[in-house]
Amino acid sequence: MTRIPLVHLAHARSGDKGDVANIGVVAYAEDLYPLLVEQVTVERVREHFGSWVSGAIERYELPNLWALNFVLHGALDGGGTVSLRTDAQGKVLSSALLRMQVDVPEPVAERVRGWGRVPSDWRPDDE
Amino acid sequence: MADRDCVRIGGGQGFWGDDLDAPRRLVEGGPLDYLMLDYLAEVTMSILRKLHDRDPSAGYARDFVGLMAEIYPACVERGIKVVANAGGVHPYGCAEALEEAARSVGLGGRTRIGVVSGDDLMGRLDELLEQGHPLSNMETGAPLASIRDRVRSANAYLGAGPIVEALAAGADVVVTGRVADPALAAAPLIHEFGWAFDDHDRVAAAILAGHVVECGAQSSGGNCMAEWWSIPHRDIIGFPVVEVEPSGSFTVTKHPNTGGRVDRASVVEQIVYEIGDPTRVLTPDVTADFTTIRLTEEGDDRVRLEGIRGAAPPDAYKVSVAYGAGWMAAGTLLYTWPDALAKARAAEVMLRRRFDRMGYRLDDIHVEYVGWNAGHGPLATTPPADAPEVQLRVAVRSTHRPSVAAFAREMAPLALTGPPSVTGYAAGRARVQEVIAYWPALIQKRAVDPQVRVEVRHP
Repeated sequence: MTRIPLVHLAHARSGDKGDVANIGVVAYAEDLYPLLVEQVTVERVREHFGSWVSGAIERYELPNLWALNFVLHGALDGGGTVSLRTDAQGKVLSSALLRMQVDVPEPVAERVRGWGRVPSDWRPDDE
Repeated sequence: MADRDCVRIGGGQGFWGDDLDAPRRLVEGGPLDYLMLDYLAEVTMSILRKLHDRDPSAGYARDFVGLMAEIYPACVERGIKVVANAGGVHPYGCAEALEEAARSVGLGGRTRIGVVSGDDLMGRLDELLEQGHPLSNMETGAPLASIRDRVRSANAYLGAGPIVEALAAGADVVVTGRVADPALAAAPLIHEFGWAFDDHDRVAAAILAGHVVECGAQSSGGNCMAEWWSIPHRDIIGFPVVEVEPSGSFTVTKHPNTGGRVDRASVVEQIVYEIGDPTRVLTPDVTADFTTIRLTEEGDDRVRLEGIRGAAPPDAYKVSVAYGAGWMAAGTLLYTWPDALAKARAAEVMLRRRFDRMGYRLDDIHVEYVGWNAGHGPLATTPPADAPEVQLRVAVRSTHRPSVAAFAREMAPLALTGPPSVTGYAAGRARVQEVIAYWPALIQKRAVDPQVRVEVRHP
């Protein structure tokens, strides 16, 4: 097994409803989804966010979309309009989750190397 | 109408402040039957209520009227109908302004405007509380009575029904107050295909179609993480279009010759956006099961969604209550190399000591170092090494307004009294703002429905 950041396996989007945030985490390929189910557990996510998320965390599975949905209570410091954070609406909880380290088999780590990160030869006006 | 084989709906505004040119691109850039425009975020109603209290003719999204003046003739010419929640807390005012705009562009006698109202519970709050509707906070369970005197707005999220009624009565443009966002697109489908509200699978498909387009370009390559660097021509991004069939199956796409990208990744990111339990996505019209969606990539910029199952909706509407919860202010200072972070940290200590010494009554002080931890907080464990610059951002909140006002004057003096090589204090000057908090609640549909009104006007 090799330890890599989740950013190589999945992309994500997050948003708010009051003081509740959700993060949808989506595998880059169907065969990577079981790794998300196994590795990105409620316990690991709670540990990852620590004090940044004060309330309960729930996880839901959407195998049809290769996605997990995390619902984070008390994730927004009182809610999108009350929070003093720059990210009052939890828009970048998504990329924060992708920092998490996961353990994957060596061949998987090899295959996804560099995924989710901008290529080194990319320029801003490439299209 | 039920003999149509496809209805095309475009999502042209994802929030109030979205790309104003996008609706025009949707109307002119390819085939379209309906344009849906979402203007109302959670906090928007309280802002509109404040504007309405100051000026009784205000209280709706004025941008919408200006936008319609530009695209209205093309919409009428092409037979494109428009559904928008631009009415805010004053849908009749919005409709009147729209009538005037219609006449001013020569459409008098050639268009009909539907108005949906009855979502606004502000004037009925005490009556509802007396009748035994507690409007308790869905998250905390606290009764509304605990914040009653600070309530600024209260609106039920209505469903697609009244919009369907307006369309059936011949409206070409429908203006609403608060309705569930996806209902703005679901209603045209229910109307065009003649779907019954207890045909839960098809209504679920209609809601899914609405959910996919309600945030505008967020489903067509905007704010999409998957290989974001390869998404073409975001400067002319194509807003999403759903091509819906009588079965409820539909294809997500965008007009030709536009930027952006519609693929599995862009669509799935939007499907999972702002949902809770995916097997029970609650809307006023249906309880949808997003785990039953079958997704297929059909080709370039075409994603097919089918198979979604639905069940009966809840018997309550969600209510969004906004209430005053004190005051806040945030200010910034930019510290530069060398030792930018050390300087910013010294400034933070200096400020905190001053707050204490001056006896400010602050309920919360939040400090961020932009360039290090403003986005990811404590998850950004490692500070940047020898950062070229760090922006110190300090935000405070208090129910004691004078303390927040005093804080707002505390940051700029650091330019002369604090650590060196600092700039940006004019741009970062703190401004006192009221904190409007959000109170989610439920109310029985039967307490709201008798007040819902649908009117069709002829400018």
